[in-house]
Amino acid sequence: MRGQNVGLLAVATLGLAVSAVAGEIRGKVTLKGTPPPNPVVKDFSADPNCSKLVKEAVYVPMFRVGPAGELADVFVTLDGITGKSTGASAPPAVLDQKGCMYVPYVLAIQTKQTLLVKNSDPLLHNVHTTPTAPGNKVRNEAQLAGGPDLRFTFDAPEKFVRFKCDVHPWMFAYVCVSDHPWFALTGADGTYVIKDVPPGKYTLEASHRKAGTLKKEIEVTDGVVNVDFVFEIK
Amino acid sequence: MSKATSVALHRFAVLTVLAVLLLIGAGGLVTSHGAGMAVPDWPNTYGYNMFFFPISHWIGGIFYEHTHRLLGALVGLLTLILAIWMHGATARPWLRAGGVALLVGAATVLGFWPARWQDAVVLGVTGLAALVSSAFWPRGDPQSARLRRLGWVAVGLVVLQGLLGGLRVTLYKDELGIVHATLAQLFLVLMGALALMTSPWWRQWEARGAEEPGSALRGLYAWVTALVLGQLVLGATMRHEHAGLAVPDFPLAYGRLWPATDPESVARYNQQRLETRALNDITATHIYVHMAHRIMALVVVAGIAWAWIGTRRQLARGHPFRRWATVWLGLVVVQFFLGAWTVWSNKAADVATLHVVTGAVTLLVGGLLAVAAFAPRVHEPAQLGPQVPAVVAPASAGGT
Repeated sequence: MRGQNVGLLAVATLGLAVSAVAGEIRGKVTLKGTPPPNPVVKDFSADPNCSKLVKEAVYVPMFRVGPAGELADVFVTLDGITGKSTGASAPPAVLDQKGCMYVPYVLAIQTKQTLLVKNSDPLLHNVHTTPTAPGNKVRNEAQLAGGPDLRFTFDAPEKFVRFKCDVHPWMFAYVCVSDHPWFALTGADGTYVIKDVPPGKYTLEASHRKAGTLKKEIEVTDGVVNVDFVFEIK
Repeated sequence: MSKATSVALHRFAVLTVLAVLLLIGAGGLVTSHGAGMAVPDWPNTYGYNMFFFPISHWIGGIFYEHTHRLLGALVGLLTLILAIWMHGATARPWLRAGGVALLVGAATVLGFWPARWQDAVVLGVTGLAALVSSAFWPRGDPQSARLRRLGWVAVGLVVLQGLLGGLRVTLYKDELGIVHATLAQLFLVLMGALALMTSPWWRQWEARGAEEPGSALRGLYAWVTALVLGQLVLGATMRHEHAGLAVPDFPLAYGRLWPATDPESVARYNQQRLETRALNDITATHIYVHMAHRIMALVVVAGIAWAWIGTRRQLARGHPFRRWATVWLGLVVVQFFLGAWTVWSNKAADVATLHVVTGAVTLLVGGLLAVAAFAPRVHEPAQLGPQVPAVVAPASAGGT
């Protein structure tokens, strides 16, 4: 019993020590310039069941930009780190099909992490993934209304793996797959936070599906490092 | 084979050609709507035997892909009937045997795999149809051995074509889609040739071999038709890249005579391209293929115009080739403008599909001109009947 307590104490101490020396990267991503307007889905009538579900105009959120240029859906990650995934033990991520659209439009997970694809619509979809990195498999599966969740995992890191529905061609989403846990997606306010980063020198990479990729050399200590990115419309 | 039966066979062959064109159009709609993978399984459709898939589920992309598959099955059936029909009365015992075999197959499926009753029903109905049709099958003489062989080549091609379409779905290979699209065009030309060779006109044409055009004109038809095929392969490659329009303006390309293809420019093109479909990003290769298609369009128009001029110069007034060369030229001009319209409409599905179908008809007309110019002997002399004198004026009396 005493031995067990000592062990627990040791683990707790180690955990505290690790978190005590871990740093945090936070920042804001903005877009300079006016992006082209997001396209409007006009052809819901291809499936009358979708027309019944969705009454208002729906935009494909290729650029989610705030009033001051805050850019959402940017995948910010430490570049060049592999083999550090904790995805196998991470809770599953969820991609839903709701209102004949994928929600969310961009998602980030780790390699080996389970991704559950749900169908919340009262109609049929097909879930078609088109990864290109060696090790990640293309899949195309039917998902009936009320059908069980489909489970996906990816073995190789890859940015913006496309999920699409060919029944409803306007339905698509992107999943960024990282081989380590130090990544984040910017929210509607353009901000991101990456926690528990071991101190060291890194290349921080910010990628947006349309705006491109930016990189910065950073050094993480046991404090907070602020790194902002500014994308430009070309 | 009686004259009436022979005419009926020819009309059936023409009907099959029209069905193939319809099938190519349906295939065009599949790629235009990005619906090639809307039915994830094959040969089944969402677990159903394709003929039992409920109509209520024919929605969105499924509608295009599923109707394409059904039309493919129809073309396969028509091709098989045509091949059997060419054997005349000798096909009757085969039909009976085939019908019985299919009925036994249906009973076997039902006995061993009752869950697959839909497959058993399809086998059974087909077997019954074969048995019944054997009783009413035309009693005419068979067509020539060459035509019969061509009929079975067509059956082989249509089966291969179906397999390619299915494997493209199950193996997720876009490259197979390009082969599938190309084979469709070749199959159309073969079926067109069969329709031509089973026509009463062809028998007369074959009998009057002296009216064949000179070797220079024959070679020209063949080469220009090969160019058209090459152009269709480029078009199929563009469609199966699933990247939409790699160059969105015409007649310029990104505002220039030749577009920039450096990585920065391509990144800029992609950034500005916002679509409601999950298109692949364009690459420099996509742009090169697109520009090759434009350049090739000019070459093909020039080639067909050259063939038209050659035909007018070398063949006498009243020669059927003169009319068909004009049709060919008209088609390629229409096709050129349809190509431009495809770009201006941002690859609207109906316009792009019309472009595909017109391309197929352009190839068909060129292919048939070449076939008729080479005038291969496909009938046995006894089948040609009495020689019919030439009805066209000699070249020296014709003029252009």
